[in-house]
Amino acid sequence: MSAIHEGKAAPAAEAIDPAAVKQELIAKYPTKVARKRGKQIIVNRVGEDCSVPEIGANTRTIPGIITQRGCSYAGCKGVVLGPTRDLVNLTHGPIGCGFYSWLTRRNQTRPATPEEANFMPYCFSTDLQDEDIVFGGEKKLRAAILEAYDIFHPKAISIFATCPVGLIGDDIHTVAKEMKERLGINVFAFSCEGYKGVSQSAGHHIANNGIFKHVVGLDDTSREGKYRINLLGEYNIGGDAFEIERVLEKCGITLVATFSGNSTYEQFASSHMADLNTVMCHRSINYVAEMMERKFGIPWIKTNFIGAGSAAKSLRKIAKYFEDRELSDRVEEIIAEEMVEVEKVQAEVRARCEGKLAMLFVGGSRAHHYQDLFAEIGMRTISAGYEFAHRDDYEGRRVLPDIKVDADSRSIEELEVHPDPDRYRPRKTAEQIAELKRDGLSFNDYEGMMVRMADGTLVIDDISQYETERMIETYKPAIFCAGIKEKYAVQKKGIPMKQLHSYDSGGPYAGFKGAVNFYREIDRMVNSRIWSYLKAPWQTNPELAATYACE
Amino acid sequence: MLLRHTPEAIRERRALTINPAKTCQPIGAMYAALGIHRCLPHSHGSQGCCAYHRSTLTRHFKEPVMAATSSFTEGASVFGGQSNLIQAIDNIFTVYEPDVIAVHTTCLSETIGDDIPQISRKAQAEGKIPPGKFVIHANTPSYVGSHVTGFANMTKAMADYFAERGGKRLEQINIIPGYVEPSDMEEIRRIAAEMGVRAVVFPDTSNVLNRPQTGKFEMYPRGGVSIEALRSAGSSKCTVALGRTASWPAARALDVKCNVHCELLDLPIGLTATDAFIDVLRRVAGVSVPDSINLERGRLLDIVTDMHQYFYGKKLGLVGDPDQLVSLAEFLVSIDMWPIHIVTGTPGRKFESRIREITRGVPHEVNVTAGGDMFLFHQWIKNDPVDLIMGNTYLKYIARDEDIPLVRFGFPILDRVGHGYFPTVGYRGGMRLLEKILDALLDRKDRDAPEEAFELVL
Repeated sequence: MSAIHEGKAAPAAEAIDPAAVKQELIAKYPTKVARKRGKQIIVNRVGEDCSVPEIGANTRTIPGIITQRGCSYAGCKGVVLGPTRDLVNLTHGPIGCGFYSWLTRRNQTRPATPEEANFMPYCFSTDLQDEDIVFGGEKKLRAAILEAYDIFHPKAISIFATCPVGLIGDDIHTVAKEMKERLGINVFAFSCEGYKGVSQSAGHHIANNGIFKHVVGLDDTSREGKYRINLLGEYNIGGDAFEIERVLEKCGITLVATFSGNSTYEQFASSHMADLNTVMCHRSINYVAEMMERKFGIPWIKTNFIGAGSAAKSLRKIAKYFEDRELSDRVEEIIAEEMVEVEKVQAEVRARCEGKLAMLFVGGSRAHHYQDLFAEIGMRTISAGYEFAHRDDYEGRRVLPDIKVDADSRSIEELEVHPDPDRYRPRKTAEQIAELKRDGLSFNDYEGMMVRMADGTLVIDDISQYETERMIETYKPAIFCAGIKEKYAVQKKGIPMKQLHSYDSGGPYAGFKGAVNFYREIDRMVNSRIWSYLKAPWQTNPELAATYACE
Repeated sequence: MLLRHTPEAIRERRALTINPAKTCQPIGAMYAALGIHRCLPHSHGSQGCCAYHRSTLTRHFKEPVMAATSSFTEGASVFGGQSNLIQAIDNIFTVYEPDVIAVHTTCLSETIGDDIPQISRKAQAEGKIPPGKFVIHANTPSYVGSHVTGFANMTKAMADYFAERGGKRLEQINIIPGYVEPSDMEEIRRIAAEMGVRAVVFPDTSNVLNRPQTGKFEMYPRGGVSIEALRSAGSSKCTVALGRTASWPAARALDVKCNVHCELLDLPIGLTATDAFIDVLRRVAGVSVPDSINLERGRLLDIVTDMHQYFYGKKLGLVGDPDQLVSLAEFLVSIDMWPIHIVTGTPGRKFESRIREITRGVPHEVNVTAGGDMFLFHQWIKNDPVDLIMGNTYLKYIARDEDIPLVRFGFPILDRVGHGYFPTVGYRGGMRLLEKILDALLDRKDRDAPEEAFELVL
């Protein structure tokens, strides 16, 4: 029997053989492509020791195969540095890259006063012309930095290289250094040309390395507060960070810095004064947590504020880390308080969503985190995958030593980090850490997405447009989650599609209020009447209509 | 204030562009290519370009936008993109089965100097292009021109690759509709049909980027100009090119290649530009203008005469693409409105002189620039406020900060729908434009009116 049932209602998901689905997904590809995709499409099976099958990830996108992926520049300028409001982010290149990464509100920001700097609604570009490509663009870059400084007087200016800048060899780092000396403000550059690496992940790495090198540790001012943490890998899409900040503040936890959502240059500069790093998106930032631990002695734990249960769990983890009764009590109190509304809506929505299927193909942690939210309203994730993840995001950090470094990864700088002679301060002794570990708090770990998914679910890395279509035809999920490029192709198939990169102007979905928002949003989408009107009365079977009439 | 850092004082800038009023060539090329039936656009460069262009077009049209990429990594950037493109061509024809792959370059592949025709020939020699299938291309470096130039270049490629000089002239004319909405291309086709003119319209994105919800996704929907039609374009009686920037290169190419005479007109936005379009159709096709068209014209005129007091002397700021702005400004001036700040990001001297000519009678100082940006536009407004601004979605920041009504017009419109379905070209499009302008002005008038002056009847 064919695994793929075109045009018919899908049988129960259990009746479909995932191995057969996999074979059909790759059957149409030329041999070489099929072989490669075969390694990136995995039928999940979790072993007793929590082992999972190996998946191909962070490898090159196949030319001509329509992909979800973007480039290094998008990851660096758009994702990581984009949400920091008081930086003048100057794109050095032709106009397009700057224009497209001018997304103004995908990441929200809330300046404390009307006077405070907020450059996020602006797009700055050197708009290179062909003569600049021929004769070099450094002169124009220098002039643009001066002009930006004269008009805006920002605290810092960051420069982003686009593809042609790398090719013509403009030395943006030297220009940055020169301008830093000349203007007396921090000016730093990112070699994030679009062709570097195999996805936007390379750009995240370049961005984080740059912030770590040029900004973190510059300001030793410490924020008041008993429990001071950083939030890493939370980009404040749809106001997620606002909700997390609200909950943390209620618990009495001080947020020193968010990397990077609702963030500022000063937050980055003094982030080394925090006592704990919590990592939301493992993919985009785990190495910053590692580097901050090595250089400043700040331990890190993986957290997840997507899903009410996950948010509660993460708050408890933070409380446990600080080993303070007052904080634990406060956290429990807040969770109990917040859960009242959450449970009410959860129960109501669950009655309408229970048992429905979801598919998630987003980002590099989101496809994992959002499964928790779906589970809370009784929905099952039948298939998921990441757009730009590496193996450890799927299989857990235990596979880190097995990951082969290839040429594309080598083009991304690895920083050598040593303890800072003045600022290194271990927050916990080795004994304390060991004790906490015995107590169930795991440090420096992310167990990955696959171990959390059911056996037989299909895990697909860097899913293609063709595979997306076939998966929808096979399983007819109640909802599909991806990005804007996939949205309308999915919806044309009669399946609601939720964007989890920009939230379709919705959100927040993090924390407790976010969970409530999400339950209601998914309820609206999977139970909308509109999908039942796809056929006009005269397009449905007239005989069937007659039967109804007789009855 | 979202744009709180924009000062009133205007300083000369030579190097820094802030809030651009244009974007890059490849997105225009991708848009044009979608106007060929069963065509998959292909971006030859790193995959970010393709992702950005697809995202922006998707946000604008709220429709699936399919396109492939050569997915360059560092290796391809150093050694050239030949093997990536050949591999891509093979994969695309195998998996997605288009009739045409329309390749456009990016700044990356342009800078390293990839020769697309040579690579296509190699792909052909290696049997990667199935019989009856085509690979066409346009050079679209992002550091030249703008998205409009890219559109023009891909449209020209359609003529270059497909148009054939047949034995005898066909009773048909070519219409190159320019960088307009699918709804506009549809309206242009409708007008031609209404007049009894057989027309080859290319590119034609109607039914591709404004398609219905049917519960089925089709990679290649019903719309788009067919290869057959493009071939026959070389035997048409005449080409009517709408818009100098977007359509002239293709029209000229047809003339050079197949000796098809060409008439260059402004985009038929508003009264006089539509008049010119109808008149040319009438002359070149040798038909008379049907009453239905006269009726449409009369209705447009009727709105203007009825509502003239609300238009008269209103100051406007416009941002957009050159071809659109020329016609729009002319329309506004014709109904006695005063466009006084006009910015396009697309470079080109002719634009400025055309606008100067059109606004000569406006009794107010007029600022105009080609190659300007929205930061400058905003500064002009701060110095000399206007009653209404018209342009793409990014203007909403200025509209909010300065509390000026905004009519969305042009590309991209990310936060509203309608542009893909309702035309702004032709007389009916003109009526829609006037409705939008009046709605914006009258809503503002109602909002600001003191209670005793709050009008029920206009």
